[in-house]
Amino acid sequence: MAPVMQSSQPWVEKYRPKQVKDVAHQDEVVRVLTNTLETSNCPHMLFYGPPGTGKTTTALAIAHQLFGPELYKSRVLELNASDDRGINVVRTKIKNFAAVAVGSSRQGGYPCPPFKIIILDEADSMTQDAQNALRQEIMGSRILHICKEEGLNLDSEALSTLSSISQGDLRRAITYLQSAARLFGSSISAKDLISVSGVIPNEVVQAIFSACRSGNFDLANKEVNNVIAEGYPVSQMLSQLYDIVVDADDISDEQKARICKKFAEADKCLVDGADEYLQLLNVASSTMQALSNMPQDMV
Amino acid sequence: MLWVDKYRPKTLDKVIVHQDVAQNLQKLVSEGDCPHLLFYGPSGSGKKTLIMALLRQIFGPSADKVKVENKVWKVDAGTRTIDVELTTLSSTHHVELNPSDAGFQDRYVVQEIIKEMAKNRPIDAKGKKGFKVLVLNEVDKLSREAQHSLRRTMEKYSASCRLVLCSNSSSKVTEAVRSRCLNVRINAPMEEEIVNVLEFIAKKEGLQSPQGFAARIAEKSNRNLRRAVLTFETCRVQQYPFTNNQAIPPMDWEQYVSEIASDIMKEQSPKRLFEVRGKLYELLTNCIPPEVILKRLLFELLKKLDSELKHEVSNWAAHYEHRMRLGQKAIFHLEAFVAKFMSIYKSFLISTFG
Repeated sequence: MAPVMQSSQPWVEKYRPKQVKDVAHQDEVVRVLTNTLETSNCPHMLFYGPPGTGKTTTALAIAHQLFGPELYKSRVLELNASDDRGINVVRTKIKNFAAVAVGSSRQGGYPCPPFKIIILDEADSMTQDAQNALRQEIMGSRILHICKEEGLNLDSEALSTLSSISQGDLRRAITYLQSAARLFGSSISAKDLISVSGVIPNEVVQAIFSACRSGNFDLANKEVNNVIAEGYPVSQMLSQLYDIVVDADDISDEQKARICKKFAEADKCLVDGADEYLQLLNVASSTMQALSNMPQDMV
Repeated sequence: MLWVDKYRPKTLDKVIVHQDVAQNLQKLVSEGDCPHLLFYGPSGSGKKTLIMALLRQIFGPSADKVKVENKVWKVDAGTRTIDVELTTLSSTHHVELNPSDAGFQDRYVVQEIIKEMAKNRPIDAKGKKGFKVLVLNEVDKLSREAQHSLRRTMEKYSASCRLVLCSNSSSKVTEAVRSRCLNVRINAPMEEEIVNVLEFIAKKEGLQSPQGFAARIAEKSNRNLRRAVLTFETCRVQQYPFTNNQAIPPMDWEQYVSEIASDIMKEQSPKRLFEVRGKLYELLTNCIPPEVILKRLLFELLKKLDSELKHEVSNWAAHYEHRMRLGQKAIFHLEAFVAKFMSIYKSFLISTFG
């Protein structure tokens, strides 16, 4: 039997605000937009910001509020990276869509102004701006709202863990929350969240780091092999290792600089698709050399 | 039938390794609600086995009835139509494919097939709408464009279609795709777990395995369960009853790489480099992936080196592997690594012994 469908919507979709005023913590944006909506005088708009801050949500909410569910289909064209978006599409699809003029007829209490809306989603590839204080703040209240609606118990430790592991990306936070709720029931602890998020446990990162401190190449090699066999993503390992190195008090600035330079190179190589084992081994070996002040006279 | 297939667990409750993951998956299914999933882990750790068992858990035995199809999609790309050909494995409830086989056209495949599946939504006897599952293998080899086009598609068609993604490393899957999935890490089984599986198979086959024999195979397998089971079967064919000191055959190519390594250590000269090139070509023509050769070569060389050289050599290995990924002809970079190693090692010998 096919599973029941009612509850199977991702929470990201389920709790996407339907009205502009519900968009969490973008007060100024909401104020400006509500104003435009009331006067039905809508300029072209460009939303930009890091992933998961509510750009698509806001755009969809405006469209919904202007036209209501009935006219929505005929008045709004949504194009995103999943549609082929070459120059031809822009020429034909958008032109065809825009060519048909529409009148303004009020229907069912929606303003329905005499124009159409085209939403060009994901206009560029998303930027990777990680930590952002604003986003943390957005998250807290929205997460609590969802917890209340879904009847979840989240203590304050779990909440702060959630915001740190999702690095301020609200969509990621909601996905983690939903996954944890599926797997572990309605009481969710910080540990549960870490296990669904793919963050590497601290012991594993520390093991690599202390192997580097030990100055023993074979030990480091063994730890690197272990990380790969355990299936931890190396890019994640680099970012967690980076946090440890930067925070360490007993490492000199020059050593930190040498290590971080290597991190940057390895990160670029990983993006190019280089082998994870070799890159992590190289990082570990260079870190070891930097910590024991061995000269590094390679390119 | 090979033992690897014969003893592959068919359902989630029969799984021997990764029982915790299997239990969690079972919970997901029993909630009647399954998010998009991303399985990642090294090869031979059991990703595929878990995925197949999961499908069976969701859809029952009918998920096992699969047919192989070679499909051609006609994709409308503006001015011209492109034919994309791809082999799919499908049952009534799921479709499985390797989108990266389509090369740079993988993007079209992902879009077309997901949209097509979303259109043909199954309805069960009670009139409830069900969903189909799309299994995508080797997502880490998917082009960036294809991964981008997955993003919104995953959300838009989430009611009618679930994606199960399978990849070796989650580093190569974009953040945007990862944040839309429940990430399931499948680690390589520990040696004790491999021993358990081998003993389970031995029992089922009615074999007598001497104390410590399974452990030796497990140790040689590099925590790769598939390889352990294959080796076990090879041993069975070569000599039965097992003896305690029976040799465990290494892979042919590993033996060969080990020979290359000792060649390099013995003599560092252009003539030797030329011979080594021939051997590397031999490996490449036998379809051993170049990065695997390089890693194995590094492994063999590290065993024989002084610790001060290890840093330098591993640095160069990473350097040339990266170059190899960016370039097109693997042999250049493999040979460059060997040449570099020879030069480092020779100057080390000269400075030490004069």
